[in-house]
Amino acid sequence: MTGAWRSGGLAVGVSAALLTAGPPDRLTAQDTSAIDRGVRVGIIYRPGVRPGMVLLPVHAPALDSVRAIMTRDLDYSDRFELITLPGGDSIRVTAAAPGARPPAAGGTGRGTGGGGAAAATTLNYPLYQALGADFAVAVLPASGDSTIVTVHDVAAGGVRRELRVHLPALKDPAFRLAVHQLADRVLEAALGAGGTAATRVLFVMEGKVYAIDQDGADQKLVSSSDHQAMSPAWARDGRRFAYMEFWEGHGRLFVQEVASGKRAPVATTGQALDFTPAFSPDGKTLAFSRATEEGTDLYTVNFKDGCCLQRLTVGRFYDNLSPTYSPDGQRIAFVSTRAGLPQIYAMAADGTDQQLFAPFDYGATGSSNAPEWSPDGQTVAFHRDVGGTLQVFVLDVRTRAVRQLTSVGRNEDPTWAPDSRHMAFVSDRSGYRQLWIIDVETGRIRPLLQKSGARLPAWSPRLPETASSTP
Amino acid sequence: MKRLSLLLLSGLAVAAVAACGGGPKPEPPGPVTANTDSIAEAQRLEAERQAREAAAAKEREEAERRRQQQIADSLAALGKSTEAVRALLGTMIHFDYDKAIIRGGDASVLDQKVAILQANPGLRIRISGHCDERGSDEYNLALGNRRATAAKQYVVSHGIDAGRIETVSYGEERPLASGHDEEAWAQNRRDEFEILSGGENLKQP
Repeated sequence: MTGAWRSGGLAVGVSAALLTAGPPDRLTAQDTSAIDRGVRVGIIYRPGVRPGMVLLPVHAPALDSVRAIMTRDLDYSDRFELITLPGGDSIRVTAAAPGARPPAAGGTGRGTGGGGAAAATTLNYPLYQALGADFAVAVLPASGDSTIVTVHDVAAGGVRRELRVHLPALKDPAFRLAVHQLADRVLEAALGAGGTAATRVLFVMEGKVYAIDQDGADQKLVSSSDHQAMSPAWARDGRRFAYMEFWEGHGRLFVQEVASGKRAPVATTGQALDFTPAFSPDGKTLAFSRATEEGTDLYTVNFKDGCCLQRLTVGRFYDNLSPTYSPDGQRIAFVSTRAGLPQIYAMAADGTDQQLFAPFDYGATGSSNAPEWSPDGQTVAFHRDVGGTLQVFVLDVRTRAVRQLTSVGRNEDPTWAPDSRHMAFVSDRSGYRQLWIIDVETGRIRPLLQKSGARLPAWSPRLPETASSTP
Repeated sequence: MKRLSLLLLSGLAVAAVAACGGGPKPEPPGPVTANTDSIAEAQRLEAERQAREAAAAKEREEAERRRQQQIADSLAALGKSTEAVRALLGTMIHFDYDKAIIRGGDASVLDQKVAILQANPGLRIRISGHCDERGSDEYNLALGNRRATAAKQYVVSHGIDAGRIETVSYGEERPLASGHDEEAWAQNRRDEFEILSGGENLKQP
């Protein structure tokens, strides 16, 4: 850990403290978009305060794409300053050429069989430190068709961790997910935090459900019928997801297995307009909205057995919709029009103890919709009408403070990454509605998918390895 | 009664002809001339009878043709009526932004539908509620549901059995106008009415 990094972390902490200490009615936007319009306040994206990381060049062609995918993943984690070696990848700045010969000075190889990996463990640490690197990552081929990834702690001058993996072949559909999982392990080794590389985002486009890797690669169609689909939602284990389809004007819910691609209709749905499904964290219950002539209300159902339909809200003259569970499964945040315009409310998972969740000024605050509870349980993201357009907001669950996150264009339908700091959402900031990703900590924004009409994103949890084949 | 008097009249006519035939020959000039005269008379009478019969047949034909035409006309009229009723039934109603309240002007449109449903007891319809693209995608499903329900409640409150009307919502998923301005939005904030069953022959209310 370098001194520069520590002071950088302190700077962020101080500015965050200043923000929360400010007047509560002043919204602090954090939108640092590539399209620069007007002045924005908030935490400024400052390169250099995050730990530097360098991914050492590889000379095995098969590992080039591994390194490229990992570099992008680690960059997109927004937790490192990715360092490009002077003169690009052509210059070798290692003390010992990896894989060329055994290290002269004995090295610090830690019980690995591959001679090449052992060679990579001796780096010219002071040189990397001079380049601003806190971590150096080497990707090397090893015996038995495996790959060894070494995470060097440059400041400490030693190996932080060595990961030996057996990667699928480049053309194997499981290849990309395996590399993403490797990138998450590197992040975990360096910082002790969980990454988001091995995740996918479901979304709706032209009435169909698609999946895409969080780095924007590998877009796949996952819905299998001609019925118009909406509102995909992940189960916490990443092995299945739910979505709604229109059937003769009714809304029918389906649960689909990721690995097999097989889907099953949820019994007890499809006779009315059932929509916005949400899995309980234990994966047993599906909460959803049901629109009837009495209005729209929230229900839960045991989707595996197709039983135990339970009504949670009774709003004869108003609507209740869009449920989202807290990660402990105890509470459900949802949208209700009980005060006129839709706003964010919360209740116990059995429907009791209903109360306002995101405070608003009656008659002044615009409609609030599409809540999603963050995986760490601390915040609920939603969008709110501000002056005729929609903006993404975050509610602090403990303090009930509401913070505006976006300000450029129309921004809606936020969905949390499993690290609870990245968020995918729909924005027309580039001229048409497409999917974007924001890092809530730094305000850094990148497009996820540059296709018009993509909407209703749902970010997966960290995906298990068996989820690699499909979608 | 009419037929009886016709018979009486024709009886009188026959008697008159016989009386005439008898009258102008107090002293017949000769049997030949008399015979010639009566033959000519019989022939003339026969021709007249045939002409009358032909005219009557022609008249009957004409009447039959007219009758057929009338049936065809009324069938066409019935078809036209079904079309007209369908068009009336399909007239959409529109809503203000984020509202599900029936506008004053649209009440008369719904009154027509009430009358049609009353005149055609076998008719069942589906009302679908739709929204413009401005609101939240999922909230719009609930809003469209309220719009469809508002129209149904109006019709039911005017005496139509609730079981004859189904409601659905498509939110903003099926826009009519593809533009991104108030004109398109106003067109898209609507209820659509479609026939579920019993719409083969519709009577004008």
